[in-house]
Amino acid sequence: MTDALLTVEGLSLGFRGDGGFAHILDGANMTMKRGEIMGLVGESGCGKTTLASAILGVLPRHALEIRGGRIRFDGIDMLDAAQGAQQQAVRGRRVTFIPQDPFTSLNPVFTIGQQIEELMKWKSPRRPVGPSRAPTLLTPYPRARRKADREKIMEMLNLVQLPRPEQLLKKYPHEVSGGQRQRLMIAMALLPEPDLIIADEPTTALDVTIQAQILGLLRNLANDRGVAVMLTTHDLGSAYEICDRITVMYAGQDVEAAPVAEFFNRPTHPYTAKLLASLPEGGGGMTGIPGELPSFYAPPPGCRFQTRCDRATEACRTRPAPDLAGPAHVVRCAHPLFQTTPATPLKEVQA
Amino acid sequence: MRRLEIILSRLVWFIPTLFGLVFVVFFISNVIPTDPARIIAGENATEVQVQALRAEMGLDQPLHVQFGRYVADLATGDLGKSLYTQRAISEDLLHRLPATLELTMAAMVLAIGLGVPLGVISAVKRNSMIDQTLRVLSVSGLAVASFWLAMELQMYFSTKLGWTPLNGRIAGWGPEEITGFYLLDSLLTGDWASFWDTLHHMLLPAITLALPAAATLVRFTRAGVLEVINSNFVLYERAMGFPTTLITWKYVLRNALISTVTQIGLIFGSLFAGAVVVEAVFDWPGLGTYAVQSILQSDTKAILGFSIIVGVVFIGVNLLVDIIHTFIDPRTLK
Amino acid sequence: MTALKRLLADRAATIGAALILGLILVAIFAPVLAPYPEDVTAFHLTERLQPPSADHLFGTDRMGSDVFSRILFGARITITIAVIAVGVSVGIGVPIGLIAGYYGGFPGGFLMRTSDIFLAVPQIVLAIAIAQTLGPSVENVILALSLTYWPFWARLVYAETKSLKAQTFVEAALALGASDWRVMVLHILPNTASAIIVRTSIGMGATILTAAALGFLGLGAPPPTPEWGRTISEAREFLPEAWWYAAAPGLAIFLVVMGFNLLGDGLRDILDPKLRKGSR
Ligand SMILES: Nc1ncnc2c1ncn2[C@@H]1O[C@H](COP(=O)(O)OP(=O)(O)O)[C@@H](O)[C@H]1O
Ligand SMILES: [Mg+2]
Repeated sequence: MTDALLTVEGLSLGFRGDGGFAHILDGANMTMKRGEIMGLVGESGCGKTTLASAILGVLPRHALEIRGGRIRFDGIDMLDAAQGAQQQAVRGRRVTFIPQDPFTSLNPVFTIGQQIEELMKWKSPRRPVGPSRAPTLLTPYPRARRKADREKIMEMLNLVQLPRPEQLLKKYPHEVSGGQRQRLMIAMALLPEPDLIIADEPTTALDVTIQAQILGLLRNLANDRGVAVMLTTHDLGSAYEICDRITVMYAGQDVEAAPVAEFFNRPTHPYTAKLLASLPEGGGGMTGIPGELPSFYAPPPGCRFQTRCDRATEACRTRPAPDLAGPAHVVRCAHPLFQTTPATPLKEVQA
Repeated sequence: MRRLEIILSRLVWFIPTLFGLVFVVFFISNVIPTDPARIIAGENATEVQVQALRAEMGLDQPLHVQFGRYVADLATGDLGKSLYTQRAISEDLLHRLPATLELTMAAMVLAIGLGVPLGVISAVKRNSMIDQTLRVLSVSGLAVASFWLAMELQMYFSTKLGWTPLNGRIAGWGPEEITGFYLLDSLLTGDWASFWDTLHHMLLPAITLALPAAATLVRFTRAGVLEVINSNFVLYERAMGFPTTLITWKYVLRNALISTVTQIGLIFGSLFAGAVVVEAVFDWPGLGTYAVQSILQSDTKAILGFSIIVGVVFIGVNLLVDIIHTFIDPRTLK
Repeated sequence: MTALKRLLADRAATIGAALILGLILVAIFAPVLAPYPEDVTAFHLTERLQPPSADHLFGTDRMGSDVFSRILFGARITITIAVIAVGVSVGIGVPIGLIAGYYGGFPGGFLMRTSDIFLAVPQIVLAIAIAQTLGPSVENVILALSLTYWPFWARLVYAETKSLKAQTFVEAALALGASDWRVMVLHILPNTASAIIVRTSIGMGATILTAAALGFLGLGAPPPTPEWGRTISEAREFLPEAWWYAAAPGLAIFLVVMGFNLLGDGLRDILDPKLRKGSR
């Protein structure tokens, strides 16, 4: 996997709180290649946002406890505090973010134009690398670059099909619709010309009728530019539509990862199979799989799906190693639905 | 224009509130009528002389007639004559208003300059030593009687150490009067000596006034910052790698200030209230000392005029705050 | 009982409660605690302005009276003024807020506009205006404070009542045939109680400060009443030499107001989580 852009290896973390330690991610693994669109799929509450936030470095610091694992983005350790400066430089520039809720993710007391401009001031691809010498609040925005950035902004607003961009920039976030705001977030995610966009359920907060449009737009723009997209979703239907590859997560553990065709043809983990079986005709969300997610405060040891799995045995009480069910089709199950072979030993990072 | 609408709807209440204030103060202050005619006429005046004076001052009329006359006069800006200075009360008050405004505004600037940054730091470093210390200090700041603090500071810094002038607004005559605000006037006339001297005189009273206000601002700003620091847009800005300093001092603070600004009207009121006693301690020639002198001389009309002018300023400030609010929170214009 | 436990778990609130308890005990037992109880009125001109010593913990004042004893008796005046003035303010403000919030419309608007008028000037200004005409006495200070502070409770209860009125339990009670009065007193009022208690604790602190300021300005009880604010103004001309003379009553005011503020903050955290934001 030399072309891996982002790897998450054995990430194990959780939150301390009144109820004890909520162990959310338990040895989670994930890889992203350059230019691919990867869907991170799982029921709500399974830890998708937590994983995305961990990559973006925005987990609540006071409660967070990282027990092990690594996140590497193009050679940079995204968890190592010693690499803070590099992380800060990467964020918003080489890794950008499309939030779940466009309604609350823009600052309500600044105009849209002010916010895009601020982003470009710091994260424009035309900005020379390295920290600025002036104190943050006094850092100037050189006129020539500002003008060039401005042109790119207008271009991008057209590309995401926002009508009358000039006026739009003068408006405050509350003055535009949700769909428009999400187009705006896509534009803001693309403007720094990143290598990776992390899109956390970018359409969940939107009207059903425009969800497909927004996802299509994201896919096209990303593909044109060779930008990788990590798309979290609980909607297998839309994942099927736009993703190249899918990783399934259950209760903070990755259970299966495969190219999209392989994934839908040969679902090998019992959880994946149940997910697909529960998929209503014609797409849509996940409905009833019997049972509930285990408590993050006292999760079962080993495979966390064992409490809801018909095939569960004693063997499931230790986490199965990754096996191959096909080319680039990784599954972690003691009782897979299709024949598997042990994967080339992948170094496990354990807490 | 939505902003204009908001401003007008506030303005509509200005006159009735003011009228109500006059009504309330006038009647309350006439519940137990002292006899100003008696006081003016002096101990040795005969009953006939007092009667005549009473008639001249309109004090023999029923209360509602007196009230009507008072309001009619008020409408022309006439608040009556001060019993002792024998000058028009409105003139006295207007002459002293700039001194009080200058002092309260200086205190306001100090309080904001101190309270807001400390509130932000307190929130960002919540539960740290700094936060705990600031909390103790701000609770204490709100519990101190300002006249006492004024006296203690005066005793220490002026009398003992001699670092600051004991009292007054300026040594000598002050700058050539244009606006009545000495700092402004001395700047306008290029009179630097007066400028520094005014600042020097202002230091202790302004600090005394500013402390409780700063304490309030620390608390409000802290709460405001904590309220927005976990919101989605801050998360987004962090995820997009905006510099932390920028997020805190520009994007978070601007949101946090919305609730703080609504408090500024109240804080201004508390500064004005504090000014009454603090001025008295420092002999600051403003409305406060005037009120205290009027109290000592039982000058009811002067006190009434004082309440009214404070009311006007106060209502005006709150109006201003509402207007500022529409600028810093665009959502109010929705 | 759990509320009390949680209160005691909060260090600041515990300190606050202890300070107030101290104030109450001092007020009650002043004659016993004071080394020279007669010094409230008696004077010993040969012992004027003595610095603090074993005999006179906080020294003596301009009349040679024991400052410490007078401070202890001053607690009685402070607590009397604060309790009655706040009590009357609550007594006026709560019903007005309740009625205005419940009925709304013109009468509600009228009552609230009236309270706005009282809020149109700082409390001390109005209190000065009133106390000045009434003449210097403890009763008049109480009257002036009551007349100026009631709108705070009216505003508070008004806002609470308005939001409570829209809730289902009120509608349910009305549907079951409860009268307006019954709903107001039995259903709405108890739900505003915690907000009232919190505001009352903080209001006590504010009232004490204003009362002291009135005393300082000479509008309070006439001498030789050992009122704290007046004592500070008496001490003025003897500063800085007789520093103890002003320091003692100033600290007394500080501790008591601090007590009410701390307790109020603690109570807010416990009783009224939605007010926890830190607003006053
Ligand atoms: N700060 C936190 N403290 C405690 N638990 C949290 C915190 N943030 C998220 N969780 C818990 O982590 C689990 C996973 O949440 P999340 O990552 O948002 O799931 P998803 O995005 O897949 O719906 C949920 O059970 C949620 O309650
Ligand atoms: Mg989520």
